[in-house]
Amino acid sequence: MEFLLSYVVIPGVKIVVLVLVLSGAVAYLTLLERKLIAFIQVRLGPNRVGPYGLLQPIADGIKFLLKEDIVPSRADKLLFTIAPAISLVPAFIVFAVIPFGPPDMFAGLLTTVLSWFFEAATVQAVVANTIATGGIITDFNIGVLFILSVSSVGILGIILGGWASNSKYPMLGALRSAAQMVSYEVALGFSIIGVLLVANSLSLVEIVQRQQSSGVWYFAAQPVAFLLFFICGLAETNRLPFDLPEAETELVGGFHTEYSGFRFSLFFIAEYANMIAVSAVAVTLFWGGWLRPFPSVQWLWFLDIVPPVLWFVLKVFVFLYVFIWIRGTLPRFRFDQLMQYGWKVFLPVALGNVIVTAVLLLLVRTG
Amino acid sequence: MIEETVLDIRELEINMGPQHPSTHGVLRVKLYLDGERVTDCECIIGYLHRGVEKISENRSYIKCVPYYDRTDYVAAVSNALGYVLGVEALMEIEVPERARCIRIMMTELNRIASHLLWLATHALDIGAMTVFLYCFREREEILKLFEALFGARLTTHAFRIGGLWKDLPAGFDETCRDFIDQFPDRVDEYEQLLTKNRIWLERTKGVGVISAEEAIDYGLSGPPLRGSGVAYDLRKLRPYAGYEDYEFEVPVGQNGDTYDRYLIRLEEMRQSGQIARQALDRMPDGPIRGKVPKIPKPPVGEYYSGIEGPRGELGYYIVSDGSAQPFRVRIRPPTFISLQALKRLVQNHLVADVVAIIGTLDIVLGEIDR
Repeated sequence: MEFLLSYVVIPGVKIVVLVLVLSGAVAYLTLLERKLIAFIQVRLGPNRVGPYGLLQPIADGIKFLLKEDIVPSRADKLLFTIAPAISLVPAFIVFAVIPFGPPDMFAGLLTTVLSWFFEAATVQAVVANTIATGGIITDFNIGVLFILSVSSVGILGIILGGWASNSKYPMLGALRSAAQMVSYEVALGFSIIGVLLVANSLSLVEIVQRQQSSGVWYFAAQPVAFLLFFICGLAETNRLPFDLPEAETELVGGFHTEYSGFRFSLFFIAEYANMIAVSAVAVTLFWGGWLRPFPSVQWLWFLDIVPPVLWFVLKVFVFLYVFIWIRGTLPRFRFDQLMQYGWKVFLPVALGNVIVTAVLLLLVRTG
Repeated sequence: MIEETVLDIRELEINMGPQHPSTHGVLRVKLYLDGERVTDCECIIGYLHRGVEKISENRSYIKCVPYYDRTDYVAAVSNALGYVLGVEALMEIEVPERARCIRIMMTELNRIASHLLWLATHALDIGAMTVFLYCFREREEILKLFEALFGARLTTHAFRIGGLWKDLPAGFDETCRDFIDQFPDRVDEYEQLLTKNRIWLERTKGVGVISAEEAIDYGLSGPPLRGSGVAYDLRKLRPYAGYEDYEFEVPVGQNGDTYDRYLIRLEEMRQSGQIARQALDRMPDGPIRGKVPKIPKPPVGEYYSGIEGPRGELGYYIVSDGSAQPFRVRIRPPTFISLQALKRLVQNHLVADVVAIIGTLDIVLGEIDR
C-alpha cells in the first residue's frame, strides 16, 4: 500500500498537475512574450480576445487545431509526423528532475489528505518518503546528466522535421540547428561542470541544498559559468540572437517551413517549454532554486512568508523576461559567427573555468 | 569552391522569392549554394511589370504623374518631382517661390520616410525587430503630414506641373515643426539600438564591399555610391528645384560596406530634417501655382530631368513631339541599376548576407519592374 502510494499514485498526480500547469504556462508565456515585446515596441499587443487579450492563447490553440494539416507530397510521412513529438516530449521530460520546492514540500498536505482514507502508520510511512513529499517528480542522483541527455534528444526532432519535409529551406534550417546545438551543447556541459565541482553532487535537489548550507548562490561562486550557461541556453532554445534555424527573414520558416496546423504548434510549444526548462535549470543551478534571497541571513526571516514554490516561479519569470527582452533588442548572428563564438570563445572559456575552479577547490579542500 | 570528391556533390540551387520575407516585394533571386556559401546568384525580375513607360505615351502630360507615383511607391513624392521638373523645363514654366519651398520640404520629408522604411526592413532582415516599429512610428507622422497636404498617404500625386494642387492646410506648419524638432532624438534612438551593437557591427561591417571605381562602373548612385566614398549628390552637383539655396552636407563613407551605407542613410535623415526646416523658415506667402495652359503641349524637344531620389539618381528622359502626349518617357530607376551589382556583391558571402545586401541596396520592385 505504502509502496503503491509513494511510487505510483502520488507521483502520478504530481506528473498530471505538472504537465497541466506547464501547458498553461507555455500558452500564457506566448501571451506574455507578445505583450512584453509590444511594450518594448510602443504598441499594445493582443487585446481583442478577452480582457487585456487574456484569452488569446486559447483562441490561438483553437486556431491551430482547426487549421488544415498539410503534409508535403514527397515528404517522409512517418518522420514528418513524429518529428514534432520528438521535439516536444523531451522539453517536458526535463521537468521530471527539476525541484520546485524543498523535499518536505507536500508533507503537511499529504498528512491531512491521506489521514482521511488511511491508518496513521501508512500515512507516516508515506510522509517519511521524500519521493512522495518533495516538490519534485523524481530526485535522480544524476539529475544534471539526465537533463543534458534528454535535451539533446529534442534536437533530433528539429533535424528530422527539417529533413523529412523534403524541401530546401527546412533542410538548411535543420543543418544549421544540428551544427548550432551540437557546438553549444559542449560549452553548456562544461559550464555546468563548474557547478558540479563546487556542489559535489549531480542531484539537483542536493545542489540547491548546498547553496542553502553554504549561503552562496552559485551565480556568485561561478559567475563565468553562469554567463556561459545563459548564453548557451539561448542558443539551445533557438532564441534571438541565435535563432538561425528558423531565421524567418533568411530561411522563410527554417525547419518548420512546411509544417502547419497542430504539428507546427507542437514545435512552437516545444520552443517555449524549452525556454521555461532552461530558465528552470538556470535557477536551480545558479540562483538557489526554491530558496529565498540570502538563505542564511536570519533577520530576513520575513521573506519566508512567501512559499518556496513562489520564489522558484518568480526567479524563472525573471529569466523568461530576460529571454524576451533580448529578443526585443538584439539582431541575429550570422551562421559562421555563431560557430566561431561557440568553438573559439565559449568552449575555451568554459574549459578554463573548469580548470580554474578545480585547482582552486583542490587548494581550498586540501587546506 | 567545390572540389572533386568521390561523393556526388552538387551545388544547391535555391529560389529566394518572389514570395520571400526579405526580398522586399517580388524579387526572385536564384542562389547557387555551396553549403551556406553563395557561389553565384541570378536576379529574375518583372513580376510587377505594368508598362508604365508605354502607358505614358498614351496619356496627357498631366495624367502621367499618378503613374510615376506608383513606380517607386515608397518615394512617390520624389518621383513626381523629377517628372514635373522635366515638363516645366521643357515648357519654361516659372514656379512660384512658395511652391518651390513646399516641394523641397515635402521631398525631404519623403526622403526621411523612405529611409525610415529602409532602416525598418533592413534591421528586421538582420533580426532586430524593435527598430522596425520605432521607424514606423515616425514614418506614420510623415504620412499624416502627406495626408493633410496631398490627401493620400502612399500614392500621393504630390506635385502638379507648374506648382501644387493646394496650399498648406491650417496648422501644418506647427505639426511639421514639431516633427522636425523631435526627429533627431528619434534617430539617436535607432542608433542606440544598432550603431554600436556588436552583432550589428559583425553583420554589416565588411559585408557587400564595393570599391569606388567598381561602384562607378556599375552605375550605382545614391547611398550605395556615396558609401564607397564618391561624393555624388545631384542636389549639390546639378542643383534643381532650388536646392542651391539650402545648406546641407552630403555624408560620404569610406569602406563601401553595408555598415557605411547604413551610417550614410542615418545622417541623410538628419540632414533632410534640417533642409525641411530651412524650407519652412524661408517660406514666403504667395501663389502656389505658375501659369500653365489647361492642356500642356511642350514644344518639340527632349529633356533629361535627374533628381537625387532617396535611392539614388532618378531620371526622367522626356521626348516631346509637340503634341499633348509625351512621345516617350524613359525612366532611369536608381535601384534597377543598383540591383545589377547584387551578383557581384553577394559572391562568396553567406545566405544571411544576401539578405543584408538586398536590404542595403534599398530596392523597390515597383521601380525596378515599372
